[in-house]
Amino acid sequence: MSGFRLPSHPRNQARALPFRFDGRALEGRDGDTLAAALLANGAGIVGRSFKYRRPRGIVGHGFAETNALVQLGTGAGSTPNLLATRIPLTSGLEARSVRGWPSAAFDVGGIVDRLSPLLSAGFYYKTFIWPHWGLFEPAIRRAAGLGHAPVQPDGDRYEARERTCDVLVIGGGVAGMAAALAAAEAGAKVVLVEADPWLGGATGAEGASRLAAMERAVVDSPDIALMRRTTAVGYYDHNLVAACEEVDSPGLRQRVWKIRAGRCVLACGALERPLLFGGNDRPGVMLAESVRHYLARHGVAAGRRPLFVTASDSAYRAAIEAKQAGLDVVGLVDLRDAPGPLAEAVRTLGIELLVGHDAVRTRTRRGRVSGLDLLDRSRGRSIEVECDLVAMSGGWTPAVQLFSQSGGRLRYEEGIGAFVPEQSVQAERSCGAARGVLDLDACIADGRSAGLWAATGKEPPPVVRVEGERAAFRLPGAAKAFVDFQTDVTVADMQQATCENYRSVEHVKRYTVWGMGTDQGRLSAVNGIAVLAHLQGRDPGAVGTTRFRPPFAPVAFGAIAAGRPAGALFTPWKRLPAHDWHEAQGACFEDHGWLRPSHYPRGAETMAEAAARETLVVRHGVGLVDSSSLGKLELKGPDAGRFLDLVSLGSASRTAIGGARYNLLLDELGILFDDGMVARLGADHFLLTTGSAHAERTRRWLEQCLQCLWPLDLVVQDVTGLWATFTVAGPRARSVMERTGCDVDFSRDAFPHHRIRLGEVAGAEIRIVRASFTGEISFEISVRADQATSLAEYLMLCGEADEIAPVGLEGLDVLRLEKGYFHIGSDTDSRTMPGDVGFGSAVTRKPGDFIGRRSLLHPAASASRRPQLVGLQPVDPEAVVPIGAHVVGSAPRRSRGVVTSSAFSPTLGRSLGLALVEDGRAAIGSEVELWSEGRSWRARIAERTAYDPTGARLDA
Amino acid sequence: MLSIDCPHCGQRDETEFVCGGEAPTGRPPPDASDDIWTDYLFGNANPRGPVHERWLHAFGCRRWLAVERDTVTHRILSVRDFADAIGHRP
Amino acid sequence: MSRRYSALALFRNSLTGNRDWDPVWRSPEPKPRYDVVIIGGGGHGLATAYHLARDFGVPRVAVLEKGWIGGGNTGRNTTIVRSDYYYPASTAFFDRSVTLYERLSRELNFNIMFSQRGMLTVAHSRAELDWQRRLVNAAQLAGVDLETVTAAEARRLCPILNDSSGMRHPIVGGMLQRRAGTVRHDAVVWGYARAADRLGVDIVQNCEVTGIDRDAVSGAVTSVRTSRGVIGCGKVGVAVAGHSSVLADMAGFRLPLRSFSLQAFVSEPLKPVLDIVVSSAVLGVYASQSDKGGLVVGGNADPYASYAQRGNMPAAEAVAAGLVELIPAFSRVRLLRQWAGIVDYAHDSSPILGLSPVPNLYLNCGWGGGGFKAIPAGGETFAHTIATGEPHPLIRAFSLDRFRSLALVDEAAAAGIEH
Repeated sequence: MSGFRLPSHPRNQARALPFRFDGRALEGRDGDTLAAALLANGAGIVGRSFKYRRPRGIVGHGFAETNALVQLGTGAGSTPNLLATRIPLTSGLEARSVRGWPSAAFDVGGIVDRLSPLLSAGFYYKTFIWPHWGLFEPAIRRAAGLGHAPVQPDGDRYEARERTCDVLVIGGGVAGMAAALAAAEAGAKVVLVEADPWLGGATGAEGASRLAAMERAVVDSPDIALMRRTTAVGYYDHNLVAACEEVDSPGLRQRVWKIRAGRCVLACGALERPLLFGGNDRPGVMLAESVRHYLARHGVAAGRRPLFVTASDSAYRAAIEAKQAGLDVVGLVDLRDAPGPLAEAVRTLGIELLVGHDAVRTRTRRGRVSGLDLLDRSRGRSIEVECDLVAMSGGWTPAVQLFSQSGGRLRYEEGIGAFVPEQSVQAERSCGAARGVLDLDACIADGRSAGLWAATGKEPPPVVRVEGERAAFRLPGAAKAFVDFQTDVTVADMQQATCENYRSVEHVKRYTVWGMGTDQGRLSAVNGIAVLAHLQGRDPGAVGTTRFRPPFAPVAFGAIAAGRPAGALFTPWKRLPAHDWHEAQGACFEDHGWLRPSHYPRGAETMAEAAARETLVVRHGVGLVDSSSLGKLELKGPDAGRFLDLVSLGSASRTAIGGARYNLLLDELGILFDDGMVARLGADHFLLTTGSAHAERTRRWLEQCLQCLWPLDLVVQDVTGLWATFTVAGPRARSVMERTGCDVDFSRDAFPHHRIRLGEVAGAEIRIVRASFTGEISFEISVRADQATSLAEYLMLCGEADEIAPVGLEGLDVLRLEKGYFHIGSDTDSRTMPGDVGFGSAVTRKPGDFIGRRSLLHPAASASRRPQLVGLQPVDPEAVVPIGAHVVGSAPRRSRGVVTSSAFSPTLGRSLGLALVEDGRAAIGSEVELWSEGRSWRARIAERTAYDPTGARLDA
Repeated sequence: MLSIDCPHCGQRDETEFVCGGEAPTGRPPPDASDDIWTDYLFGNANPRGPVHERWLHAFGCRRWLAVERDTVTHRILSVRDFADAIGHRP
Repeated sequence: MSRRYSALALFRNSLTGNRDWDPVWRSPEPKPRYDVVIIGGGGHGLATAYHLARDFGVPRVAVLEKGWIGGGNTGRNTTIVRSDYYYPASTAFFDRSVTLYERLSRELNFNIMFSQRGMLTVAHSRAELDWQRRLVNAAQLAGVDLETVTAAEARRLCPILNDSSGMRHPIVGGMLQRRAGTVRHDAVVWGYARAADRLGVDIVQNCEVTGIDRDAVSGAVTSVRTSRGVIGCGKVGVAVAGHSSVLADMAGFRLPLRSFSLQAFVSEPLKPVLDIVVSSAVLGVYASQSDKGGLVVGGNADPYASYAQRGNMPAAEAVAAGLVELIPAFSRVRLLRQWAGIVDYAHDSSPILGLSPVPNLYLNCGWGGGGFKAIPAGGETFAHTIATGEPHPLIRAFSLDRFRSLALVDEAAAAGIEH
């Protein structure tokens, strides 16, 4: 293999870095990319192609690479599919080619290449039909894929940051630097992002001094924030650009920037195109600009005897620089009929220049290029040229990906044989090679012009006309010319697709998988379009491009996720104000939006045993329940009562001051979505409670009604977090309250059910509501949230004589089930209307309009077979039927309903349930089958309230 | 990412807002026919082009805003406080 | 010329340089009139045309596609096929579709690569388990294969699932449909197109419908105006997904639909690492691995109306975050490409199928993010509806007038997220 280091290049003085590739120990220099180091070590084969597993060598540099994909590192830190051309070499780096076993150089799978005629484009659509795809799929899947995903969690961190600026310049080549400097001079705050660690892009030796001056100016400018190793990957709405910064510091791997720019300058440059000829995929065939890049920047020669082959002007410079670096340049072949402007300079250096020749096919020896066959068109003569490196240039392709993502329209520019921006949609403008301007001076002028526009918004006089480099496209005669090196798409595949009438550029792409590799068409798109244009007899502009999509270069999911992390950072655990106190009581918690105690096990109690004990505590004694998670909204204003009437099913405005009543909220379809209590504190002052997880949603809904529907005079405030609430519940509740020393009269007649009282206990302001979710006498006591623990401790003290005990959600669930009280969202679903849960008369009783009323008068609200919420009593009193079991009708056998709640009632000594059943109320008293995952039970449909149906215990 | 110019808070990212969908033309009276009512509940213009929407500045001023936006280009054509736009505030 | 696809045909053609394959379909000039015009050359439109020709022998059928066939949602989805819905009407329809997919490669003589690798939907709370049990029982009672699994079983099915230590929403179990899986989306388009073309259907690409003409007296559709001329039609079937409201507007009526951008993502190709389709409603993400090796990932739609076929960063971030939380090992895997389709949702997240207010104009829309799995049954039932003028029994529950009668089929709650 023939790559080597130029002895005179400064890189030779850099620190030596040991690394390993495919198991071989090698040495590179600090500042090398992995690809440069591999070339310097004479590496030829660095990978294998996707379908035919043909040997692949490094073809380009930077983003212009499609073959040298490596897996870096091992274990949890292993990363697949990185471009060797973009990896900075570090000491001890371990890389493996992603394709090829046991290595890229000696790949057992390479035998597949012999079968290539069978494996034509889309062959898998035409076979594998019998007996079925599942038989063949595992083998296909194993053969596919590039690198290995790590299977352990990622140990690295990622970060997401945002910034804004007046002007964002994407690309730090000469045009980009010129734009940034011009914009900064005009007074703008500029951010300049550059994917590489260095600035200057594709500028050759002739621009070196000007480049150095501009770079100094950019770095020194206080108005230009230079972001190196930062690749702009996506252009989104309203001039938001996403960029990925390689940080590579311990622990922080990448940072995703979301940059909002006043105006953007796209100075993304251009990538060189490969040429199409037989065997153009062989190791030892590279892009001419890349050969020049490795020489100039890394001091690495990719071969000793290069042959330059070009269809455009720029490769002339590359040949000249190669000769000047001391390489034995075999010659420069120009595919066009007339030579480029540097023809004389080339000949003067002693490089043989052949014009009007076609490249036909490569010759190889031991898997590497050993020569190129040419065809002299004028004489019809074949020539064989020996070389160890073919440096090809098909012309330049402006990098229009970001422009296209922004919504801009492209047009085909004949002169350079590629697509350039034509019509912008967002506040951006392209300059330099990104819009087809290739001359150095022109690039600088174009950049300045764009920078001025970006800073001022004013259109400066047009400076630069886009001129072609006179690139020519020649369709190769030999069929095995590769359009896409990674996915193995050849000109023949495109011919086949055309034969089969896959005509749209998108169809050809999907059918042949051209452009669908990891480079997303960077090296293959324009060539493919040119081939199609020839085959279809159309202009390339008429063929058009496939759609460009973010990201421009691949970005780790972890980096994208950094903007919206899914864990506890973004969705914090919501703890009750007295959380620590509950913990001290031995509570087990469950996440219900809030972390709430589910039970307080004593000794070795199971959850069921604890729940049963806590249920009985409330039934026979007194229990303490933390109700702080209920949403609390305060409505204040002269129209507060009227507003509540309009948005709910109840009639809050008819509540007396000091009264409280149950309230239901419906949406405009008449569907229940929330319930709670409405208490009246004053003529203009109401307190509304909502379901525990619903406060924010209900508040938004009320705000929407207030701002968008009825311009009434009130304000709505969410005070959920301001108040903590503890409920003292049970037949002994009153005696506990009387011991608190509170100034409220708790006697039965002074404080009946459904009232609210304000009072004071030990200097603390409290609100007390008599409402009940348990069916026993209950006092819901609210204090300022920071006094939650004090209140809990005090109530426990006051209740000690009555053996008060804390009660969790499990127990509470049994208590409310015994009373037949429903949970919105589990006992109701998106069809449930008030009439289905027994509140039908509330609808007819209430005068005046309210949200949802009109839907309740629709015939559907009173149709037959509506699911209605009824009680269930399993025939076997010990059987607790799983929630989600269905009520099954017999003729025909189909679902008639579903079990929504189910538990064992220690109070009644039997299991209970609730179910939504079609025409459920009419079925009360009948027996039905319940069914779940193959098991059956029988149950009686009953009234919902199994315990104390008259509610006498509340008035005791 | 959309940037919305809230009349109370200034230019803010879409993540501060909740989209409330197309702004309805007006809530029908209580005696409206079934057809008019269900059209109010479900009817949408769903245009390919400018649309009148309601957006809530949920993590800002908490005001509902009347936003005219193009559904193809995502350009925001106008933003007003919703209550102002329908004459609800003096 | 090789008509039928087979391994033998591949072998024969390889000997002659693969130049003798038949065109997959013709590129005919549109005729002045057809018995049935299908607007929309996606999976549903092409499947409908195929069934019209095959099952009903309708002689002159055209599919008009404004761009390239399959260029809409059929070419942009995450390729998942399943039938674990809640309401009997939904289950019956979607399971019919899964059954048809099982035979489709043979029927069309085109390998659509139905990989019935199973779909696992994980649950993160007891309440979610209860809800899943409700769904599983509904499915089993309707004869559809759906079963609950424990957390341990879920981890056996998908070993790289987050092991829940320190997870904000731990995985506590899930449900599994074994017959569910993935299908190669482009193959469905091309397979149906080729088969329909064989039966005489004219597939006319680059033909955008710009207007719909109706009879002044009866109001029935009489012709469509297109970028390639006026085409007379006996009947019209509209199958344009996200653009349904635009077409309805041309015909003079409104549809209760909203169109959104639904993004999808693919990673770089990897060696096999995920052998099942996995989904989480709480984390808002679902993922599978294609046969080429890329992870195909999706989540919730961008939350505002759009015809732009592209989404924004917040929705992408949410999906990436959900993916990394569900399968932490995927944090280092890189996103290769992100795109979007236009999905049309009705209020109840169920499709709108059947008659429209315009006589002889029929609707196939409202699929939201669930249209791809429905293609075979969609084509079969839509063809029946158009040919007979009566909705096919499997789609009666999805008529347009269910909104007027408030007879919604609310799959929204059941779905959690669209796929």
